[in-house]
Amino acid sequence: MAILKVKDVSKRFGGLKALTNVNLDVEENSVHAIIGPNGAGKSTLLNCLVGKLMPDTGAVLFDNASVLGLEPFQINQMGISRVFQTPEIFGELTVIENMLIPIFAMRDGVFRMHAYETIANEKAIVEQAEAMLEEMNMADKREMHAASLSRGDKRRLEIGMCLSQNPRLLLLDEPTAGMARADTNNTIDLLKQIKDERDITIAIIEHDMHVVFSLAERITVLAQGTPLVEDTPENIRGNPKVREAYLGEAA
Amino acid sequence: MFGLNKKDTSLLIIVGLLTLLAPFILNPFPEGSAMAQFNAGYPDLMQRFVIFGIFAIGFNILFGLTGYLSFGHAAFLGVGSYSAVWMFKLLSYNIIPAIALSVVVAGVFSLLIGYVSLRRSGIYFSILTLAFAQMSFALAYSVLSNPKFNLTNGETGLQVYADDPQILQGANSPDLPHLFGLPMRATYTMDVGAWSFDFNAGYYFCAIVMMVVFYLSIRIFRSPFGMMLRAVKSNQQRMNYTGLNSKPYTLAAFVISGMYAGLAGGLMAAMDPLAGAERMQWTASGEVVLMTILGGTGTLIGPVLGAGFIKYFENIFSKINDSVLHSWFAFLPDGLEDAVVFVIHPFIGKGWHLTLGILFMLVVIYLPGGLVEGGQRLLNRIKRKKPKTDDATSGKTEPAE
Ligand SMILES: Nc1ncnc2c1ncn2[C@@H]1O[C@H](COP(=O)(O)OP(=O)(O)O)[C@@H](O)[C@H]1O
Ligand SMILES: [Mg+2]
Repeated sequence: MAILKVKDVSKRFGGLKALTNVNLDVEENSVHAIIGPNGAGKSTLLNCLVGKLMPDTGAVLFDNASVLGLEPFQINQMGISRVFQTPEIFGELTVIENMLIPIFAMRDGVFRMHAYETIANEKAIVEQAEAMLEEMNMADKREMHAASLSRGDKRRLEIGMCLSQNPRLLLLDEPTAGMARADTNNTIDLLKQIKDERDITIAIIEHDMHVVFSLAERITVLAQGTPLVEDTPENIRGNPKVREAYLGEAA
Repeated sequence: MFGLNKKDTSLLIIVGLLTLLAPFILNPFPEGSAMAQFNAGYPDLMQRFVIFGIFAIGFNILFGLTGYLSFGHAAFLGVGSYSAVWMFKLLSYNIIPAIALSVVVAGVFSLLIGYVSLRRSGIYFSILTLAFAQMSFALAYSVLSNPKFNLTNGETGLQVYADDPQILQGANSPDLPHLFGLPMRATYTMDVGAWSFDFNAGYYFCAIVMMVVFYLSIRIFRSPFGMMLRAVKSNQQRMNYTGLNSKPYTLAAFVISGMYAGLAGGLMAAMDPLAGAERMQWTASGEVVLMTILGGTGTLIGPVLGAGFIKYFENIFSKINDSVLHSWFAFLPDGLEDAVVFVIHPFIGKGWHLTLGILFMLVVIYLPGGLVEGGQRLLNRIKRKKPKTDDATSGKTEPAE
């Protein structure tokens, strides 16, 4: 079953057609990559899925419910978590607090006035956050300010924050952009581990072919705002159209 | 204790002891001595210390946690004062209903202003709050004071007149603000040798209220809600994509801090049953910003320190005049004495604002964490002088002290 359905989505910025009639199905419990050269419209497409941009036409269905017109926090509450191109974390807060916030958000919803309770008394939530830190191999950095983490650790923390919400769909926008090879491989391993251990659907936007071919089960190639082809990694590798539009430039 | 961790409990106890013993601590110099003018232990000033402390504690919940800088919080202070005086006029001089109404009305008022102002953030938010406060000031000063509908009594200020209804005023109850018969002006003076200490009912009432709301602010700081407010300051984008709506969180912080301001305004009227529009002016809003930054934004105790510091300056430095200076420097040769007095003159008396301004600049530049950071650095230095075995880790800066 397709958990995410994008139907005929188009988006213009003034005269520029960023997306034209995009159709895309992401199967439940799969890893689906969206690739394409710079400016192809990958980030624009992602922003249409999470409530940041409103497409001009078309529909976006998550679990057969429309997400268009909803606020990002409402879409997140439906079960979609997003990892940003540059890690978005709470820099002034400690690592453990970063991990607590998404778990509170899952339990308490978009707003709750829990002003007289004490965090330390929320034992179940603290345990969950600590377990997630453990899983991310960051337990030793518990009390550090998130801003002082290394680039790779910030990325790990952000992914951990998203996972702590047990999302049904995890969206990643170029999660390894600007990373050194070692950090990239770490992130690939982490994502592989997540895919193996959880019932989760992952949609990943990526520029780096190494990352895409290590992870994806399906690949959609986007060029100039339209999907060119959608297929398995093996077939994409051999597809001459793709080579011409995209891989040729990378090889 | 009280659901607080060890560190917060000891902070609460220390602040409690300091406020309890303030009449002694603030009057260290014997009556009639040359230094007596630096005594701050008289009821009027002590009341102001704690009332502005409350105002700043509340302001810090908004500004310190969410980072939203309001330039209009004096409006809520003024609204609180007007509400309290109206209760005196209509019901009786009992301060409990007066203060209760102050908090409620300020809460409603801040809900309205906050709802509109929070449509914007950053500098635009600040400007919106400033505009609302100046509008409130104008309303109080003139618009809402005309023969047909006189809510504020304009320039004169709102006060209680003999022909006011005061329907609940008992025949024997005092003819000035009181707590179930205990007048707020009641003062017991204790003379010990050359020293003199004042114990004032109004001060102790305000002090108890401050301790309660200080405790509540610690609870808020340590709560999941407080953590969400810090998340608002840190990264609203991440918050939004984490399933949290930052708007109601910020609005709640705005209303809470507005209610603290209303409480402070109500207490001001309870100490002196008068409310004037000048209490709402932008300079008053700016003052609480200064107090918070000077003391240490986002720290627990900072705003109280900042409030005390500024009120002390306002009341003590402003009273030093040239003849006082001459008496201090009388030991110098005449020409030199005049020169020294000439140099210091601009910084005292009416010039206390200049001194305060310079101090404020120094603090912002060299101690961005305010007086609290200064205190911490001092403590660390003392600790380092006396080498102990395991204090290598305690040198790290810890926020939210
Ligand atoms: N907010 C915007 N306003 C105007 N043009 C935009 C905006 N966002 C993206 N674009 C344009 O839309 C096109 C697609 O951009 P984007 O989705 O960021 O591409 P990709 O992520 O694939 O590199 C680019 O030409 C870009 O300049
Ligand atoms: Mg992009």
